[in-house]
Parts: sequence; structure tokens; C-alpha cells
Amino acid sequence: MEVTLIINGNRFSVSAAPDEVLLDTLRKLGYKSVKRGCDSTSCGICNIHVDGKLVPSCAFLTVRADQKEITTLEGVQDKAKEIAAYVTAEGAEQCGFCSPGNLMTLISLFNENENPTMEEVKHYLAGNLCRCSGYEGQHRGIAKYLEVKKA
Amino acid sequence: MSVKKSIPKVDGLGLMLGKPAYTDDLAPRDALIVKVLRSPYAHAEITSIDVGLAKDIPEIKCALTHENVPDRVFTRAGQGYPEPSPYDARILDKTLRYIGDAVAIVAGITENAVDLAISKIKVEYKVLPAVINFENALDSNVLVHAQGDSSSMFPIGHDPSRNLAAQYSMQIGDMEETLKNCDVVHRSTFYTQAQAHAMTEPHAAVAYYDFQGRLTIISSTQTPFHVRRILAKNLDVPLSTIRVIKPRLGGGYGGKQAIHGEFFVALVTQVTKQPAKLVYSRKEVFRSTYTRHQMRIDIKAGAMKDGTLKAIDVDILSNTGAYGEHALTVLMVAGSKTLPLYNHVDAVAFRGDVVYTNLTPGGAFRGYGAVQGNFALESMMDELAGILEIDPVEFRRLNMIKEGETSKIFEVMGEGTEGTAMTVDSCKLDECLDLALKNLDWKNKYPRTVVDENRVRGVGFAIAMQGSGIPYIDMASAILKLNDDGFFNLLVGATDLGTGSDTILVQIAAETLGVSVDKIIVYSSDTDLTPFDTGAYASSTTYVSGHGVRIAAERMKEAIVDKANRFFGVDNATFDGKNIVAGDQTISLDEFSTSLYYSEQQEQLVSHGSYVGKKSPPPYMAGACEVEVDKRTGRIKVIEYFAAVDCGTPINPNLARIQVEGALLQGIGMTLYEEVKYTEDGHLFNDSFLRYKVPTRMEVGPMHVTFVDSYEPSGPYGAKSVGEIGIDTPPAAIANAIYNATGVRLRALPITSESLWRELNK
Repeated sequence: MEVTLIINGNRFSVSAAPDEVLLDTLRKLGYKSVKRGCDSTSCGICNIHVDGKLVPSCAFLTVRADQKEITTLEGVQDKAKEIAAYVTAEGAEQCGFCSPGNLMTLISLFNENENPTMEEVKHYLAGNLCRCSGYEGQHRGIAKYLEVKKA
Repeated sequence: MSVKKSIPKVDGLGLMLGKPAYTDDLAPRDALIVKVLRSPYAHAEITSIDVGLAKDIPEIKCALTHENVPDRVFTRAGQGYPEPSPYDARILDKTLRYIGDAVAIVAGITENAVDLAISKIKVEYKVLPAVINFENALDSNVLVHAQGDSSSMFPIGHDPSRNLAAQYSMQIGDMEETLKNCDVVHRSTFYTQAQAHAMTEPHAAVAYYDFQGRLTIISSTQTPFHVRRILAKNLDVPLSTIRVIKPRLGGGYGGKQAIHGEFFVALVTQVTKQPAKLVYSRKEVFRSTYTRHQMRIDIKAGAMKDGTLKAIDVDILSNTGAYGEHALTVLMVAGSKTLPLYNHVDAVAFRGDVVYTNLTPGGAFRGYGAVQGNFALESMMDELAGILEIDPVEFRRLNMIKEGETSKIFEVMGEGTEGTAMTVDSCKLDECLDLALKNLDWKNKYPRTVVDENRVRGVGFAIAMQGSGIPYIDMASAILKLNDDGFFNLLVGATDLGTGSDTILVQIAAETLGVSVDKIIVYSSDTDLTPFDTGAYASSTTYVSGHGVRIAAERMKEAIVDKANRFFGVDNATFDGKNIVAGDQTISLDEFSTSLYYSEQQEQLVSHGSYVGKKSPPPYMAGACEVEVDKRTGRIKVIEYFAAVDCGTPINPNLARIQVEGALLQGIGMTLYEEVKYTEDGHLFNDSFLRYKVPTRMEVGPMHVTFVDSYEPSGPYGAKSVGEIGIDTPPAAIANAIYNATGVRLRALPITSESLWRELNK
């Protein structure tokens, strides 16, 4: 099926199979920040924004995204960099594979709630798995980011 | 100073921002999609297989079965050569030994076509009886490797006619006599489960012929040089025709040490001459890679009334599943990296059988036997202290290893072979124990505090050790190249799998040269471009590869000074990392190196360093925790975890801390949540993140990691390893805390709410 996707502000006309998910479409188009960690929407690694809403791209049919605004990490690099610097300062990104999904989730949270508490952060990120860091380092980084932002 | 500094990872920001860096990101756009038909039976023989209908699909370019791939028996373990694992596996085999074993490979242009083709392969199976319960495997009348064509490269106790992948036994001192004279002898049996690595990036491999016609493999591997060797040998092509590139890895923890999809993509590319890629599905990662070895551990220990530990006797049954990857070595590490903790005993014995079953194979996984052994040993030490009515902390202090001492075990037990005698020149275990307990407030919290009528909190601890590489086996090397404008390329074989080893090796090079870290550009793990390294396993990279880099940097410094002497016509030039000084003359390295290539002397400066460990200094740690138990439900919550670690000099304290924190959570997961489960017919049913419980950030309580001041004289800048040690203490520390909270001793992992509730309501 022919669909029009608006990815990070750019319009793409693509032909998508009926069962094709955005994760695969986006990777094919070169948006490699979108990564597959599982196939059961339970790891958060493929998270992107569709019309400003956080979604797992492995479970979002491409045909459903027709005429919708899609945001991947490639489209929010400045914002992402601002947050990421606090995580790398803790060394907590480790293998980095879960990071794009984490950042897309965090950016979604900050869009909804500019000054979340750490409890709110943890709750919002609960579906984002990380197997390397033990999470604590990520939380230290995010807490510092929030402090500096508030100041 | 560049070491002991928490600089961010050199690749950190790029990875966080989603730059293409992992195997699948780097696959050629036209790569054929490769998928594998997997065995639906735990044990079966293929009586006929027909890929005709699959091949009829126009998008399908290749379909391979055991009938048309090289028929070689080898091990996929990804270890040093000669390998200590039995040669018992084929690329594709007529006999299928577990649900998920590879039956056929299909490659095509689209994923849908490949899926369709896989469903069109006609296979007739002769279903065979299977061995599922590992306690029934030894001498079972069902043999997992009945064909008699498996073998070992040196004696490892391999006996497929008994379902034995490997066997080991050793004894120091007179066990019988020592136990006879003990005031107390206690015996317990412990069980540890199969655990899944659950790294976030599924295993992936890409193959293509480059413009020179060389077979290039991009692979999410921890061992690129082993991959090249094993591939070349079993595809029967010269090593020189294969290049293996390890890009960025999305975690491994041992799970990417062995060969996985590399053969499949290589064969497809050989047959079709087209690029090919294979990305495992999450289900395949769970079912068709490997798990931590499940174990039953019997321990007998004897002590005197005054608290002197006299004897430890360990007997292990380990489950290696369908193939014997790391069978012997994981078993041996369960003893060799736990028993030296109590080095004053008069007698110590260790033996074990590693058995085949028709389940997903066992393999390398962070901790590598030590975590299983530690759970049993450190639970046992608390049990024994309890029987002796001696404080468990005092009991450890009386009996544990101290700096300057040795253990006969270092000499007797290596990894697959004899070990290497060594004294322990850095061991701050006593300080680690004091610190972890102090931070936990052990004095006031031991053994328990009552929260309310339903909830009680208990504290527990364990001590642990690991190693730093395998002496005389793990080898690493580095090349440094000086460029004009005064910066360096550092080429290392070492394999960064997300740990940050590229970064700490840059720090070691910068420290040695006296330059800032931004002057070192690192490139790693490419068999064509970087020098040899055995790979990222056995906690070897900081210690072994670190030395390789240090030596290369020292030689580079000498070479710079040598050229500077000639430049100035003196014999006493010095280099301080920025400037070269000879008397009252000075030139910056930037200028000097530019002149070196464009006008003066005109000779490229390159240095190399390589290193093989002569000992394996153990890092040590103490882990102490407080857990809360709800007696109504058996719910267990780790309130706080305190770790005090002696890893020598932490080259990058932040990265060392994350290594420990991440390992602690994997250990906590192993203790409380995680278990690879099978049905009676060998079907792995928790093969997704929905069913397999990787701890989320909601499960984790605060973890406090402290490094004690320590310096390992044999290490690069005093460093020892830190990658594995963190996983070892949670099982015993949490089990001991639950005992102290409730009086219930749980000896089987995972300790679930259900298992505790059952014991509480007995």
C-alpha cells in the first residue's frame, strides 16, 4: 500500500506491505536509531513518537502511520544530546543499544511533564529494559539533568 | 593523569544518539535475509529433507541442509586453541539435539519470502527419546551424542557413551582424615538454574565478498579472532581469505563468545556470492544460543569448635545441554574461583560431571561458574557458622584469604588444564568486608528488624573473588601509530562489547605517553586491521590488553625520544607529552611529528606491544544487603545492596562502578526472578521478554558500590579486572539475608516468593 509518512519533518511516499511495522520501514529508510530488541513490545528499545505520542515502532503498522508525523531520534538530536551528556558523564550508557529508546521515552516524558520527580521518571521508563547498567547510573544522570534544568 | 579518571566513553555519545554502529546497521542494503529452520523436537533424526518447494519461490536464493554444508565436527565455544570444549557440533547436523537446533538455512530477498520458504521445507523426523532432567542424564540409556564421532583435543573426561561432556576431579590434602577429626561436619545441596543473558541486541551476523573478493564477516561477537579461525578451518578456506569485523555490540556478558550465525551467513555468501545477513529473533536468542549452566552443588565442610575451617569438599553436576560449549571450564571455575577464598583449610576436594541433555546448550555467562559456586559456598559458610554458633562475619575473618598468601588451588586448577601458582599480592578482602558491613549498618541490623506484624527485614552478605584473564593462554596486543600534528592511532584486538574497554585502553595509552586522551584515536576488533587478541572474556581485557597497550605506548615514547635525539643531535632529549625538550631547545610534538613525515628524517613511527598474563590476580569483593520479606505472600524485596570492591586501580571509576552495578542487578535477577524454564518435552516456554523476567528499573533498590584503595603490582597501573566479580555475591548474600529474616534456608535458585511462601507455610 502507498502511504505518506512525515518523518522528522520530511515527507516520504513509501510502499508498505499490509503487515509491515514502522520499525522495519524506518530502518529501511535509513533511520538506524530505531532498533529491534524484541518482538513483543516489552523492551522499549524501538520507541518513537507518532503525532507526538510515544509508541513502540515494532507494533505500529506502517499503513496506520499514513499522513502522520513521525519523530525518530535523528529528528531530535539537539534535545537528545542535552540529556545524553548527563548519562555518558556517569558511564551509564554502556552498550548503548537501549539508549535511543530511552531517550525517545524521556523526551516524551519531558514533553508531557517538564519537571518530573525521579519517581515519575522511573515509572515512565519502567518499560525500557537495560541489561548492562543496573539502571542506577542512568538515574543518577537523569537526576542531575533535572537539577541543572531546574536551576 | 589519564587513569583513575572518570572520562565518558569515547563511543558513548554517538551510540546514545543512535548513530549506525551495530551489526545490522552496517549490513549492505542488498543483503539477503537469512533465516534458520529450527528443530521442533528435543531429540530427533532427520530421515529426509526436501527444500525443493522452498527453492521454487522466486525470491529465494539459497536453501541449505546438512546434506550440502561441510561435514565437520568442531566446537563453537570461541575459546583459545586448542580448545578445552569437546568437538561435538556441526554447522548443520542430521541429528537434532534440542528444540531450536538448526535444521536448514534459507536466504532470500524479502523476509516474507524467506518465512514462506521455511514453511515449505519438507522434513521427516524420526523422533527419539530425550534426556530432559539433568539429574537423570548420566548413564541414561538415551544418549545425546550416540554417534560416537565427538572428541576432545586433550583429556577432559569426555565420554559420550555416558552422556558426559566433561569430567574433573582434584583433591589437596587428606579429605577423609581431616573430616574425621573435625568437631562439626555439615553437608548441603544447592541448585542453580539456567539463566538467559538477555542482552538487548539480538545476535547478528553479516557476510559479503569485498572488492578484493575476500569474505568479510561483520558479527556481534566477543571473539573476532576465534571466529576467523573456527570459520576458516571448518569452511576449509585459508584464514587469509576471511576478515572478521566486530562493530559496536549491544551487550554480550559471555553470550556472544561462541559462534552463532557466522557460519550461516558465510555459507549463504559462499553459495550465492551475495551479501547476507542474519539477525536472530528474540525467541531464537532465548532458545537457540545458550544459557548459564544449570548446576547441582553438593558441599561438605568441616570445622573445629573454635571456628577454624578445616575441609571443603565440593561435588557438582553441571548441565551443558545439547552441546558441551564451555562444559569443562565453567565447571572448574565453580571451584577455582571460589575455593581459594578459604585457603587455610587442611583438605579441599573438587569434582564434577558435566552432562549432556536435550536442552538449549550451556555456555559462557558472566561469573562463569564462580557465581554458581559462590552461592553454594557462601550459603554453606553461613550455615556452618550457625551450627558452630559463631558470628558469620567472625567466621569469615578467621578463615578467609589475606594479602601475601596463596592457595594451592591456583597451581592445581586452571581453565581446562593445570593452573598457575601465584601469591596474592593485592587482597583487601578484609577492608571490603568491613566497609560493606559498615555501610549497611550490620551491627544494628543483624540478624533482623521487624517492620510490622507481617513484614520483617534481614541482612546477609557474601564474599567473592574472580580472576583477571587466563595465565599463559589469554594474549592481547596493540599497535600505536604517531601521526603528523601529534596524535596517535591505537589499534587493539580487544573487543569492547559495551563495557568501555576502548575507552580505558585509550586512558592507559594516554597515561603512558603523557598525552591527553583526545590525542588517541582508538580502533578495535578487526582481524585485518588490528593485532591479535583472544577476545573479551575471562575478565581479561583491562589486565591483559591493558598491558599490551602500556607496552606499545612505552615503546612509542622511546621511539619519539630516539628520533628527537637525532633531530637535536643530543642524547638526552625528553618528551613530556606535549613538548620535546633538549637543553634549552624545545619543539612541540605537533610540530615535531609533522616535520618527521614531511621534512626531517621522514620515517613513520609505529610501536607495538603484546602481553600474555603470567598470573591471574583475583579481584575481591564483599556484598551485603538488606531484604524485606512479607510473610503473608513470601514477597522478597532487596531494600539496599552494598558492594565494596577491590579491583586494584579502577582505570575509569565511573565505568568500573557501572560494571559492578550492572553485574549486581544481573546477580539479583538470577537470585530472585530469572529462570529459563522447560516443559517436560524440552520446550523452552519463557522465550520472550514478556515471560522471562529481566529486572526492570522498578525492581531495583539502591545499589551502593565502593572501591577500596588497592594496587595490584602486576597489573597495568595497578589494575585488576572488574567485569565479572559483581555478579557473584547476590545469590548467597540474599539467601543469607532471607535466612536471617525468617529462619528459612533456601538452597535453590531462583528464590521466588512462591518458594519462600511454601517454606514459611510448611
